Amino acid sequence: MGKRRVVVTGLGMLTPVGNDVKSSWDNILNGVSGIRPITNINTEKQAVTFGGTLDNFRVEDYLSTKEIRQMGVFIQYAMVAGMQAIADSGLEVNQANENKIGVAIGSGIGGLLNIEENTNILRDKGPKRISPFYIPSSIINMAAGNLSIKYGFKGPNFAIVSACTTGTHNIGDSARMIEYGDADVMITGGAEMSTTDTCVAGFAAARALSTRNDDPETASRPWDVDRDGFVLGSGAGVLVLEEYNYAKKRGAKIYAELSGYGMSADAYHMTLPSEGGKGASQCMLNTINNASLNVNQIDYVNAHGTSTPSGDITETQAIKLALGSHAYKTKVSSTKSMTGHLLGAAGAIEAIFTILAIRDQIAPPTINIINQDPKCDLDYCANQAKEINIKHAISNSFGFGGTNASLMFSKID
Amino acid sequence: MSIEERVRKIVYEYVELDDKSKEISDDTPFTDWHLDSLDAVELIMSLEEEFDCEIADEDAEKITSITLAIEYIKKNV
Repeated sequence: MGKRRVVVTGLGMLTPVGNDVKSSWDNILNGVSGIRPITNINTEKQAVTFGGTLDNFRVEDYLSTKEIRQMGVFIQYAMVAGMQAIADSGLEVNQANENKIGVAIGSGIGGLLNIEENTNILRDKGPKRISPFYIPSSIINMAAGNLSIKYGFKGPNFAIVSACTTGTHNIGDSARMIEYGDADVMITGGAEMSTTDTCVAGFAAARALSTRNDDPETASRPWDVDRDGFVLGSGAGVLVLEEYNYAKKRGAKIYAELSGYGMSADAYHMTLPSEGGKGASQCMLNTINNASLNVNQIDYVNAHGTSTPSGDITETQAIKLALGSHAYKTKVSSTKSMTGHLLGAAGAIEAIFTILAIRDQIAPPTINIINQDPKCDLDYCANQAKEINIKHAISNSFGFGGTNASLMFSKID
Repeated sequence: MSIEERVRKIVYEYVELDDKSKEISDDTPFTDWHLDSLDAVELIMSLEEEFDCEIADEDAEKITSITLAIEYIKKNV
């Protein structure tokens, strides 16, 4: 018996450029920035005052008052993206399939907002005023937990936490669960609420963020010489993955095949990428091998591309190290130029953009490349989407701790 | 606002009737409103905050409707 194949049958997302898949994707193809001043916290004393926040999102259109009260904001985002993805897939849960449908949704920082709020309550009013929902609204696996409770999914239920690689790891491991037979369907992705007092201050202190406060929309500028750090973003991305025959049998619409998944570690530094891009390159090669493809078959790379001075050079080197001369033929883009960096949700929304790039045969642009860095010399689809043939595409994610993961998506015939 | 109104206001924030047409009464047990054990703990905390008091666990267990909450507040606060 051959390997069980995994396909994508449902998509859902909340991003700084749209509150569903369609509007997000339209804005991405049109190069629209979702970066704006942060308004949910007081930024007066912050070094960074802008981010990729959601625009006109009304959670009460999706969740009850009770659900909203019991769930941290990142969980609410995961629920909404999950509900969209499940509706999109047409999946119906019943006694025959409930044990084979699982959920894996991670987050990078999880309920930091709730942790801040309850720490203030502890200090100001004492331990007896801590909410009984404090823990269940903060801990990261509750996104997966709550989604399973809402729908009755009784298969594997977990959350991988690996900084900015979280979304990609959850999706990749979910695919492995389907391949191995633990599940026939996995609802998977990542969610993040990043514009909190300590999150903004913490990433700013680590000198990871752009400080272009006077011009937020051009702050995320991967591969531009004047890039000065990444831009925090919030939102969620959730995919429905299914075993190929299972999806076929129920007549599901199939977006693409998840044909490969690979991982590696830099084993180098807490926050800096390994020199020469060796770690990231190994990760991409592992993914290509897992998909049983050759390096010259890769048509598009949705890069991690965070707009940090060292990260963008390193990823460029990694792509060249992995793909050789073919790197110059492959189209590369960073959708973070428009969404900012959604940390634990980044891999999930970028997997979705990669899948849609395959569906529509178009590579999304990298915006804000005004003066391309000569050390970054690939075709980044600068400021303009490119219509190309895409059969196989990679989505990269790299995180603090030197954790790397990539996914391969392929056009299904 | 009267004690009755203040209690109702707090409780209404926590309860959710599945059947919206169903009459909300002061005597409806909280359990009919799908208040689970964690909701109940938070509801009691909200009453403590509103009326600036401490409600012992054994008393809290007996507060299972708006009427019983009002009675408790009137007698003890």
